[in-house]
Amino acid sequence: MSQPNTPATLLQRREFLQGALGAGGLLALNSLLPAYAATQFAPGLGTVTPPNRRHAADTLMDIAIREQRLELAGQRPKAMTLNNSIPGPVVELYEGQRASLRVTNHLAEDSSIHWHGILLPFEMDGVPGVTFPGIKPGDTFNAEFDVRQYGTYWYHSHSGLQEQLGLYGPMVVHPAEPEPWAYDRDYVVMLSDWTFEDPHRVLANLKGMADYYNFQQRTSEDFIRDARKAGTGAALADRAAWGGMRMMATDIADITGETYTYLMNGLHPAGNWTGLFRPGERVRLRFINGSAMSYFNVRIPGLPMTVIQADGQNIQPVETDEFQIGVAETFDVIVQPQEDAAYTVMAESMDRSGYTRGTLAPRLGMEAAVPPLRERPMRTMVDMGMDMSMGGGHGGMKGMQHGDMPKMKGMDHQGMSGMQGKDTASGSAHASMDHSMDPSAGMKTAPAISGFATLAASIPNGRDQPIESRMERAGPVVARHGPDTHGPGNISVATVQRNRLGEPGTGLEDVDHRVLTYADLRNIQPNADTRPVDREIELHLTGNMERYMWSFDGDRFHEVESTVRFNYGERLRLILVNDTMMEHPIHLHGMFMELENGHDGRLPLKHTLSVKASERASLLITANERGRWAFHCHLLYHMKMGMFRVVEVV
Amino acid sequence: MRYLITLLTCLAAISAIPAYGSDDGVNPRTGAPASWPEPVKRSRFSQFLIDRLEAGFADAEDTNVWDAQGWYGGDVHKGWLKTEGEGAQGEPLESAELQLGYGRMIGRFWDLQVGVRHDFRPDPDRTFLAFGVQGLAPYFFEVDAASFISDDGDVSLRIEAEYELLITQRVILQPRFELNAAVQSVPEAGVGSGVNTTETGLRLRFEISRKFAPYLGFEWTQRYGETADFAREERAPTSVNALVVGVRAWF
Repeated sequence: MSQPNTPATLLQRREFLQGALGAGGLLALNSLLPAYAATQFAPGLGTVTPPNRRHAADTLMDIAIREQRLELAGQRPKAMTLNNSIPGPVVELYEGQRASLRVTNHLAEDSSIHWHGILLPFEMDGVPGVTFPGIKPGDTFNAEFDVRQYGTYWYHSHSGLQEQLGLYGPMVVHPAEPEPWAYDRDYVVMLSDWTFEDPHRVLANLKGMADYYNFQQRTSEDFIRDARKAGTGAALADRAAWGGMRMMATDIADITGETYTYLMNGLHPAGNWTGLFRPGERVRLRFINGSAMSYFNVRIPGLPMTVIQADGQNIQPVETDEFQIGVAETFDVIVQPQEDAAYTVMAESMDRSGYTRGTLAPRLGMEAAVPPLRERPMRTMVDMGMDMSMGGGHGGMKGMQHGDMPKMKGMDHQGMSGMQGKDTASGSAHASMDHSMDPSAGMKTAPAISGFATLAASIPNGRDQPIESRMERAGPVVARHGPDTHGPGNISVATVQRNRLGEPGTGLEDVDHRVLTYADLRNIQPNADTRPVDREIELHLTGNMERYMWSFDGDRFHEVESTVRFNYGERLRLILVNDTMMEHPIHLHGMFMELENGHDGRLPLKHTLSVKASERASLLITANERGRWAFHCHLLYHMKMGMFRVVEVV
Repeated sequence: MRYLITLLTCLAAISAIPAYGSDDGVNPRTGAPASWPEPVKRSRFSQFLIDRLEAGFADAEDTNVWDAQGWYGGDVHKGWLKTEGEGAQGEPLESAELQLGYGRMIGRFWDLQVGVRHDFRPDPDRTFLAFGVQGLAPYFFEVDAASFISDDGDVSLRIEAEYELLITQRVILQPRFELNAAVQSVPEAGVGSGVNTTETGLRLRFEISRKFAPYLGFEWTQRYGETADFAREERAPTSVNALVVGVRAWF
């Protein structure tokens, strides 16, 4: 297997240099070179074997999990490492070959490695308590499987909060067939979040105070500014609307740059990860969000990106200037810098509390301007799922009355207690929904805004464009919530549920360049399974931010009494309704989900879907992988608090 | 001997219960062997918050005050502790109380609390049963309301409300209001029937960190009716305006 191209390797080299040159010599060297300059001594960090040097073969690899001190973000914290580094080595597999990944646990506690997005026998999936008992201290687990796919993926610990401590790494599967695009350079760009605090302390802090890490709240200064712009009455009405709900408009991220240092391939912004290119070359960048909790908005100023893969699956190439990447998602892009100049790869955390960056450059040591952080976004009444029609009927809601609804053919609510449970009211409500969900068509039927929401909407949000215009651009209302409010573990419900696949995402609503949306993703090949749906399952994403409780359908994992049953071979529609006012990246192990984004017959495949606030998203699944599969929110602390289920395919 | 037999019988019975983690069962949540660990383990948390630890400066006398509470548990069930007290500087404590109890989530924002309160001061000491609700009211008012029944059957009531106004991200203005009332008069405790006292305060704190914030403030304490009469008999003031300096901290 290839050498791990990792910070730790570099560190060892630097230590070697220190020994050879002596402290004085190193000091002199350090004063001449930037901190990351050691990269010139190693094959570039994040480099993937280039296309012309790939030779399909079985992959045999040892991966060691350790706790150790290492150089990270300018300090030497104690962390958990994979082969002595954070992130772990780039694991490269070949489609059609066999993989044997031997994971040895050198920790004093149980550990595990899950292969995120990889199709394999469930016993190899690496989820303790679901697919195996976990790896005891000193033990080795050999994950052995036939490689049935290609693309960009990653791997990480599935035990406790170990992922936050550093147990994650990139995984690249090279295709057996030639790819539909050419490129000269191939880099992994793994984004992650690091805290020098104990993650358990971080969680305890959130339990004690949900906005512990939010230092971008609205203050008296904001109030005065809003009152000047929109009038005191409107400013007060807006505060009253949020205060009455006991929710905060500035609640974008639970954990922020206040404690996080954001990393690119394990390097903080000052470390400046650099990918080299010669002008005119085509460079493939495999973006992986290996964060515990952080969404990023990613752009390369001055360089359009052609998106070719999402979650490891080829899509019809889309050119864009920026994209949002949810936790655990991957996007592959190709860029072609023509100038003999440096370009900044900019990844802002969605809440604008921090960023990480790297550089694409013709030579090491170059860098381009780092754009300042943009203004932090705010939640709106669209995110809250509020009904802004104030009782008046409007276009998008036709046919949504419960009474005269035809039951879906073959719809079977039995055996779904684990997932659907008490939510039968809304469960039947979706039966007559238009599942084609064509976002462009829907845009025309966005409901008018009236009443109190207009007051709230007229607050300018600190930008030139008022929120009102953003509400008009929100996706169409496609359903209404049933009477079940999911108990005290859930604060609010999405009274009106929207198709938001055509929206660019939080923080990108008002940018003046192109932004990738889920509606842009179109599978490069036709979907394999064209059978009609046998069964629908509706699942609500629920939470109580104030108490920091997270769940599905209001039930935390320890409260559920069964698994979610999929019948082997059946064709399912999984509907996710996000009743909370924040995004949740929902991940199904073992099987891809086809996102119903309007490209019928060419639906994109996702292993992780970021469901927007008050969104109703629809996914098709062919249950063709037997076994037990984890299904959860990939925000690590949400999963830890119980936003987790087990899907059993029998 | 009889105790020994009972003990042995109990031990035998306990040992017959299959230990958690036997290979027999299947975990219904995972479909996996019950002997495997849970994929997501339940966690318990704790917090100890010193809301006020302050010195008050007034015309009549300078005082020291503490007001703290802590909890341990999960989302639904919690054990809690509350303590507060006050005394003139350099004098024995005028009041000192400790509450211990159990709290249960009864709504999205509210916990129902039952417990025991013991007042070590004033002398003679008294013990109460406490019933209350604590939580977050609309518009972000933090509310703690409790009624107390003393071992003599005297009933009293206390309502506290706090609000936080962000001047900047770290400079926070906190209005606070507390009302004490009693059904029966208890002269030896200086408590009259009806509304006893109100405390109205305004504190400006600087959050050096979320867990450590010194503050400056003002507090107006007013005694009413019979309670005010008792105070006059003790030559104590019925209305006090104090500047306060203190610290808010949690662990």
